[in-house]
Amino acid sequence: MNNKLKIKISVRNLNIYYGKFLAIKNITLDIPERSITAVIGPSGCGKSTFLRALNRMNELLPDVKTEGEVSIDGRNIYSPDVDLVKLRRNVGMVFQRPNPFPKSIFENVAFGLRIQGIRDRERIEETVELSLRRAALWDEVKDKLYKSALELSGGQQQRLCIARALAVQPQVILMDEPASALDPIATLRIEDLMRELKEEYTIVIVTHNMQQAARVSDFTAFFLTDEDRAGMLIEYGNTSDIFTMPKDPRTEGYITGRYG
Amino acid sequence: MEVREKLAYIIISLLASVAIISVILIFIFIARESLPIFFNPEIKKEANLRVFFFTRDWQPISLIPKYSFIPLIVGTVKVTIVAIVIAFPLSLGAALFTSEFIPGKFREIIKPVIELFSAIPSVVLGFFALMNIATWVQVLFHASSRLNAVTAGFALAFAVIPITYTICEDALNTVPRELREASIALGATKWQTAVKVVLPAASGGVFAGIMLGLARAMGETMIVLMVSGNAAQITLSFLDSVRTIPATIAAEMGEVAFGSAHYATLFFLGLLLFSITFVINYIASTLLERTQKRLRGER
Amino acid sequence: MRFKEKIYLSLTALATLIIIGLLSYIIFDILKNGIGVITWEFLSQPPREGMTKGGIFPAIYGTLVRTLLMLVFVVPIGVFTAIYLNEYGRGSNFSKWIRLAINNLASVPSIVFGLFGMGFFVLFLRLGAGLLSAALTIGILTLPIVVVSTEEALRAVPNSYREAGFALGATKWQVIRSIVLPQALPGILTGAILSVGRGMGEVAPLLFTGVAYYLPYLPSSIFDQFMDLGYHIYIMTTQSFNIELTRPIQYGTALVLLMLTLSFNIIAIFIRYRMRRKRS
Ligand SMILES: Nc1ncnc2c1ncn2[C@@H]1O[C@H](COP(=O)(O)OP(=O)(O)OP(=O)(O)O)[C@@H](O)[C@H]1O
Ligand SMILES: [Mg+2]
Repeated sequence: MNNKLKIKISVRNLNIYYGKFLAIKNITLDIPERSITAVIGPSGCGKSTFLRALNRMNELLPDVKTEGEVSIDGRNIYSPDVDLVKLRRNVGMVFQRPNPFPKSIFENVAFGLRIQGIRDRERIEETVELSLRRAALWDEVKDKLYKSALELSGGQQQRLCIARALAVQPQVILMDEPASALDPIATLRIEDLMRELKEEYTIVIVTHNMQQAARVSDFTAFFLTDEDRAGMLIEYGNTSDIFTMPKDPRTEGYITGRYG
Repeated sequence: MEVREKLAYIIISLLASVAIISVILIFIFIARESLPIFFNPEIKKEANLRVFFFTRDWQPISLIPKYSFIPLIVGTVKVTIVAIVIAFPLSLGAALFTSEFIPGKFREIIKPVIELFSAIPSVVLGFFALMNIATWVQVLFHASSRLNAVTAGFALAFAVIPITYTICEDALNTVPRELREASIALGATKWQTAVKVVLPAASGGVFAGIMLGLARAMGETMIVLMVSGNAAQITLSFLDSVRTIPATIAAEMGEVAFGSAHYATLFFLGLLLFSITFVINYIASTLLERTQKRLRGER
Repeated sequence: MRFKEKIYLSLTALATLIIIGLLSYIIFDILKNGIGVITWEFLSQPPREGMTKGGIFPAIYGTLVRTLLMLVFVVPIGVFTAIYLNEYGRGSNFSKWIRLAINNLASVPSIVFGLFGMGFFVLFLRLGAGLLSAALTIGILTLPIVVVSTEEALRAVPNSYREAGFALGATKWQVIRSIVLPQALPGILTGAILSVGRGMGEVAPLLFTGVAYYLPYLPSSIFDQFMDLGYHIYIMTTQSFNIELTRPIQYGTALVLLMLTLSFNIIAIFIRYRMRRKRS
């Protein structure tokens, strides 16, 4: 792995249980700053579980237990004094299905600011515009900012969700199969957007789409379940290496299986 | 921020406990007023469990007050029986019809229409019964008095139907479609499927529906107060006037001397009513929950 | 076999018809006999000449005021109880107790509420027999309606909205207030309207908590006694000194009350229907 890059997120011996069921087992990896890291693997291998551990979203579910350490900028986000609200502002998330709130486009993007208690109308407007521009959506919606977000197309909704996440100025963006509900054209737009965003943000993306991982990501982590259905990290490295000369035969099997 | 979250949580929990506190308070305050029956020596002489259950007359305002519950219980049982006998077949029939034999579109119309029955205030039902049902019953059965157990029970059925119907219909409706399809695929007709497959699967819910209807009939006040005749007597005929427990409380509490034996006795009747409906409701909701869990679990 | 089934099937259809027929007949009967009585004078004037003439305005007024007062208590309590059940206390023991209590409140006979209202609000808290005691008593009676309706609405709010809110750094209360509650508003409204429809028609809980046979003046404070539509029907049909003579007044009063409760219920059904359609 490229040693010159600064490490943004570092995961150490992460175990996550749903009740008694061990969903991911002993994951250790480092995610570099300002890059795109893809997490791939078959369904049920714990990709989402892993991703949701990075902003402690798993805790919204009852009966989830997390062991190990996840550090962002060297601080363990699981230490008891961590402010969940601050953490989640710092680590944004985009979901598999676009989930804009049933409010106007403007209010969707402004939401994160409003809950921070920001009342300054001008500042809110500025941030909304900037976020929409960064999410490559501004031109399409600038004339209908106060229309319901639910009137947008699926791809637009997803970019709106990205803009909404950007508005709170996170440093990390987590995306769980952000394009799986979209058509190919909308998918390509999201991918372009990701490439632009990585100049400023650290992006971790879960995807089922191997070509997508190969196209957009700099690093790839391959997960697989063991005989107890617990997800494990099989291989992690530069995307080009993983796809051209995987070290582990299981990685090769998975990749070629999908390609072939 | 932190403080606000905590505050929100505390306020919400407090408000959420109002329901629990209310039930406890209801019990405490009704029990409290009826306690003299057990502890006040003066009152104990006139009104006690032996008098309540082993004498025959309810004459609380006579020179020598008599406080037998038996005529009141007989009256309550009579009107409840009539109400259930009328309401149950109608409710179950209509529930089967709406849930099994008509397309969903019509169900969406018929169900709310039937449920609209519960929107009619019981005092209006009582008034209607007074003007119409009493006459029907008199003509039909040649009853000597217009106001009797059949009239009251008939009117009560109106109050029972929406409850029993809704619960039965919901229970039938939660039965998974797969079960029906399996039965139809085996060559059963729609009716056979409904009666041999769906109904047994939903039987817990249906039973709960009857029980809650029963609780409603027993506890209904205004209807019986208006059309039962309010004569406390122990007879076998359903065409005699009757006096029920709730109607007795309603009619007499207004004129009773605070703290008297009569007063405590009326509260004790209330306690009895509260306890019976509490138990019925507990059994019914446990049953309902279990049925629903089972039906959902099978999916 | 086939034939027998047809008979059974028609019987279930007949049961449905009988119920709907009875329901329609009740409404028809009250309407037919009451409509002629309804005049502006009937609605806006107090009773006259020993309640054998005049209108029912004080009863309408009393019913509306005590119901409004009830709403003030029952809506916040009911809504927050539902919020607790659905957002905070999923599966907790406290929730189980709340649910048991709500279930129970829904089936306690209304006369028992009357006894309780008198024992607790009127005598123990010394609120006296008046609008406030009556409103509080009926409020407890209708609490389950608001809770159940609100909870249904909360449950229908997709979890993905909550997740999106949390992922943006919103706190729990912020998510509830700015995302969940606005979505649940129609359901809350339905609950409130249904509780009004139910609360208006209740008479038994009022008997010992402040309803009056006749008052020469309108209540001027929440501690005053009041007249009530349902109670008016009851006394006019059973205790008025000329029951036959006042039949029209009885029918007119019954019609006013019935129209009020029916329309509230129909509005609620309509909102609920639209809500469900929108969802699917
Ligand atoms: N809330 C939950 N409760 C219990 N088990 C869960 C829960 N969520 C996920 N699991 C289990 O944990 C394992 C990993 O799930 P996860 O959703 O992380 O997989 P995934 O790799 O994201 O799958 P997919 O590609 O299908 O999205 C699976 O076996 C799943 O059944
Ligand atoms: Mg997933």
